[in-house]
Amino acid sequence: MNIVVCIKQVPDTAHVRLDPETHTLKREGVKSIINPFDLFALEAALRIREQVGGSIIALSMGPPQAAEVIKEAIGYGVDEGLLLSDRAFAGADTWATTAALAAAIGQIKGVDLIVCGKQAVDGDTAQVGPGIAQRLGRPQVAFVKAFREVSDQRLVVERQMDDGFDVVALPLPGLITVVREVGEPRPPSLKGKMRAKKYQVPVKGAAELGLAPEQVGLAGSYTQVVKVFAPQAAGERRRLEGPPQQAGTQVVDLLVDNQIIMLGS
Amino acid sequence: MVVIIDQELCTGCGECVEACPFEALSLENDKAQVNDACTLCGACADICPTGAITVPEVERAADDRAAGAQGVWVFAEQRQGVMPEVVAELLGQGRRLADELGVELGAVLLGHGLDGKAGELFALGADVVYMADDERLAALNDDIYTQVLARVINEHRPEVLLAGATSLGRSLIPRVATAVATGLTADCTGLAIDPEKRLLLQTRPAFGGNIMATIICPQARPQMATVRPRVMKQGPRQEGRQGRLVQVALNAGDQARTQVLEVVQELEEQVNLTGAEVVVTGGRGLGGPEGFELVRKLATALGGVVGATRGTVDAGWIGHAHQVGQTGRTVSPKLYVALGVSGAVQHMVGMQSSDNIVAVNTDPNAPIFSIAHYGIVGDLYEVVPAMLDRLAELRGQGA
Repeated sequence: MNIVVCIKQVPDTAHVRLDPETHTLKREGVKSIINPFDLFALEAALRIREQVGGSIIALSMGPPQAAEVIKEAIGYGVDEGLLLSDRAFAGADTWATTAALAAAIGQIKGVDLIVCGKQAVDGDTAQVGPGIAQRLGRPQVAFVKAFREVSDQRLVVERQMDDGFDVVALPLPGLITVVREVGEPRPPSLKGKMRAKKYQVPVKGAAELGLAPEQVGLAGSYTQVVKVFAPQAAGERRRLEGPPQQAGTQVVDLLVDNQIIMLGS
Repeated sequence: MVVIIDQELCTGCGECVEACPFEALSLENDKAQVNDACTLCGACADICPTGAITVPEVERAADDRAAGAQGVWVFAEQRQGVMPEVVAELLGQGRRLADELGVELGAVLLGHGLDGKAGELFALGADVVYMADDERLAALNDDIYTQVLARVINEHRPEVLLAGATSLGRSLIPRVATAVATGLTADCTGLAIDPEKRLLLQTRPAFGGNIMATIICPQARPQMATVRPRVMKQGPRQEGRQGRLVQVALNAGDQARTQVLEVVQELEEQVNLTGAEVVVTGGRGLGGPEGFELVRKLATALGGVVGATRGTVDAGWIGHAHQVGQTGRTVSPKLYVALGVSGAVQHMVGMQSSDNIVAVNTDPNAPIFSIAHYGIVGDLYEVVPAMLDRLAELRGQGA
């Protein structure tokens, strides 16, 4: 089975601190990492390859330094990588992002399965996976949490829903997005790390994908950010002093007085 | 395309560097410099004290779809015949937007065996219901749902389409937006109309909720947004309110490629975190799995559900279904009680938009206190029993 895994380089929010006064991110010295959900996508792809054989290509779009996440993916054991990088891609919304990613996947021969993480932790849209599937005209299942059957013809998966899950059969070629329940990512292998060191990441720009500058990046985006502002700290924040029991009683009284807790049942 | 910085006017104060949410600005030789990460959001231009930064106009391909598109639509999702609360919230908000624009409010309903559902949508404010009732739509298969929804959109051309940011909505709607070739804003918490331009102003948290961004879709139609549940207010329910029902027939060739083999509603342990009014969460400060007994007691007394931090889930104290945070569920209940939770960023991004946050922790420097409306420094095993006693007392059940 030929698998493409889409990965994104994001700021490492685990090491981001909140500025206590402004409640904004302090980003100084923040490292870049593979989007945590994409590690589950990589793990899912590796497990599928173990079961039915085949090869995995890690695909990313970003600035030149995003080659790092491709190398990292090589370390986890994927076979090849491809980075889409071009000044023209900058400022892309999900429409313009899927234009580039789908074009790149369309150029790869015989892709049976595309795996994405459920969403990126910086944008939180969860829109790129389904967007790629639609552009390529392929069936999809989003929010996959488990695999019940894996073969070259189809997958049977469990799809997480708000009130439970669905068991869905997906004929291939198709696309899935995965959630963390698919399985904890394995650590990179020593062999993989060695290979990653030497791996030359192939890079493609808009022209190589057959896309005009106005189809990608900011110019190719339908949405436009018009304002960015700090969230308003809702309500006042206070400490309840005094002995713990007293504070416990007091907080209940305050919640009742402010009609946050209703006593009537 | 990046912002233009007038190097003469720039004083190198660095305010723009702080304000930029995209790390696109830096100071070099005491002057602001911009890189490719710029999205032209204008946050820097707004804050620059000397007016050194200007945002260039982006030339976009002409798109005349805004002309002639009319009406506000809501995607009325249902699963197994049950419409989630967010549908009523969308209709409430959609009604306000439609009235402001002076247009009809439409609702689109896809499924099978939908008797009585249209009346429900009329009662909640819809003027028109577009209903496709077909056994091929009985369960969610994104491809056929997309085909039908995109066809109805292209035929009737609404200017706005709202859907719930639920699992179903976030799986289907990005595909629909791509099919009709328009913009989509995810997980909005604010929606308003710019009356001059008749544009939908879509506000959403970005970067894990640390920054709010307002987004528009100036040319393509419909302007599409998924909307976070439990944020918009439901409108008044008017029993017997009438509307126009438009039946949508499927084409002979409409066929899903995926197949839903089984629908499992997890009744064993209902953890409807996303829809809960009250969430009581336990962290590592509980000391062990038995600590969740107390969490459960308080959750029950408050009519809420039990949440958990990643630390407790990874330690095996409680199931992952309870996890709140970046790799769990995002919640925004009326009341969030954090017990023994220190407040890792990944946890806080999943709950910081809660209306009221109570935090109990022995560490006065725990980050959770920076966002708690009511912070109690103390042992939760002393504080929580006192809360339970007081609740029982106030309810007249004796202490």
